[in-house]
Amino acid sequence: MSAWEVVIGLEIHTQLATRSKIFSGAATAYGATPNTQACLVDLGYPGVLPVLNEEVVRMACKFGLAVGANISRRSVFARKNYFYPDLPKGYQISQYELPIVEGGEMVITDATGKAKRIAITRAHLEEDAGKSVHEGFAENSGIDLNRAGTPLLEIVSEPDLRSAKEAVAYLRKIHAIVRYLEISDGNMQEGSFRCDANVSVRPVGQSELGTRAELKNLNSFRFVEKAINFEIERQVNLIEDGGEVVQETRLYDSDKDETRSMRSKEEANDYRYFPDPDLLPVVIDDAYINAVRASLPELPAAKQARFVQQYDLKSEDAEILTVSRAMADYFEACSESTNAGAQVIANWMLGELSAALNRDSIDISASQIAPAALAGLLTRIADATISGKIAKDVFEAMWAGQGTADEIIESKGLRQITDSSAIDAIVDEVIANNPSQASEYRAGKDKLLGFFVGQVMKASKGQANPAQVNDAVRRKLR
Amino acid sequence: MSLSKQQVQHIAMLARLSLDDRDIDEVVEKLSSIVEFVDQLQAAPTDDVSPMAHPMNQVQRLRADAVTEPNERDRVQQNAPSVSDGVYLVPKVIE
Repeated sequence: MSAWEVVIGLEIHTQLATRSKIFSGAATAYGATPNTQACLVDLGYPGVLPVLNEEVVRMACKFGLAVGANISRRSVFARKNYFYPDLPKGYQISQYELPIVEGGEMVITDATGKAKRIAITRAHLEEDAGKSVHEGFAENSGIDLNRAGTPLLEIVSEPDLRSAKEAVAYLRKIHAIVRYLEISDGNMQEGSFRCDANVSVRPVGQSELGTRAELKNLNSFRFVEKAINFEIERQVNLIEDGGEVVQETRLYDSDKDETRSMRSKEEANDYRYFPDPDLLPVVIDDAYINAVRASLPELPAAKQARFVQQYDLKSEDAEILTVSRAMADYFEACSESTNAGAQVIANWMLGELSAALNRDSIDISASQIAPAALAGLLTRIADATISGKIAKDVFEAMWAGQGTADEIIESKGLRQITDSSAIDAIVDEVIANNPSQASEYRAGKDKLLGFFVGQVMKASKGQANPAQVNDAVRRKLR
Repeated sequence: MSLSKQQVQHIAMLARLSLDDRDIDEVVEKLSSIVEFVDQLQAAPTDDVSPMAHPMNQVQRLRADAVTEPNERDRVQQNAPSVSDGVYLVPKVIE
């Protein structure tokens, strides 16, 4: 068996977070009653004209500048012709020869931990299609055109990705950047962020690309990885068994974890693009581009580097903390309110807080525990009012809405015992109650130190300062 | 340039037109004559001409991102042959 090299390029469709559609004044809100947000332009009525939404131009520029791309001073909309019931006009308005964004790159971390540049070919503006519903209408399919005309930015990468993991890493970076830029909510369940993958394999060392299959319907990071891995295995097995990969569109079925051919798409792959006569070229000048550039926020990579520099965080932790602006803002707000130390804050955010947010499916921006409140808790660990262990109980009480850290510590009497005479008294009692273990320890069985510390902690309901208990036990059993 | 029968059948399929076998020769001839007419353009010297994306020498005007279109579903659906619970019904299409 020869070694195979995997070649992957991604096409990412990201819905732009505008109020109205790309070419009409109909609303774009998700989940509205079917067909209540589809106006005459979206429905392809005769005599209507598309008029471009200024916000989509700005959003595309933001993305282009954020990935170091060239913003086209002049871009053109084209018609992509095909028939499908959820496309009322019989064509999708897209961009073909002159897209608004050309070039650019995204840096990912590859399997060996090295930075790897993934080139972006282009990003172009287009309109989304409607939705077909196949269940519940007997002999028919139902068509909801609310989504028709929703603005999309399609981001196309070069075939620079070499594994499913790299593809997911790149996808996550793009996902983070569109959310930082606030040009998309990035919600994959709702279809605001979708991905098709072009996958091929070739023998290692061959420069010519293998025949590719296009995978569709990849609506979660996990499915992207699983679908690509399935497809790689399918292609390698096919070739090694003497077969040939055919260029085709394949649909990923997450229930069966397999990809299968969508034959209907094969012959329709002739879109006869031509410039849309209803739309004039979009012209952008330098002043506009400079203004958009000035409006860009600090981007994930820059923020990650700053967090490592400014807060002395581990790079991996800084990467997770900067995945979203809400997460990063939470961290910074928290660190402004406590001297507990950045790494402690990071540990609590990535541990306790993330677990609680995941458990209850809450976004960090809506966390029950505000940054200042978490800071209040961490301050009480730092000043030894409570131990880290007790702090976890306080955290749960805070999560349940029982008050601030200080209120909970006070009302439940959780304050750590640091009074050495009180600790000595408990230690004396524990030694008196365990005479045989005490003599064994004195005879050299050092391992019993943990037993005594544990008993004292238990007797103090976890409230004794562990370091002081340790000292007291050693001193008294000497 | 004249079109082949296969090309015409392909175009018909893309346009979702059904084409009778007995009509096809006539359609091939007619379409070919149109293409040949357009072929005259190929003879024009265009080496120094940059491709034109739009015949009007103007730029696209943009509109503000505001919702201006009300819900007119009930009115527009009167034009649809078949609707149910607000969705348009079409012959079953499934991959």
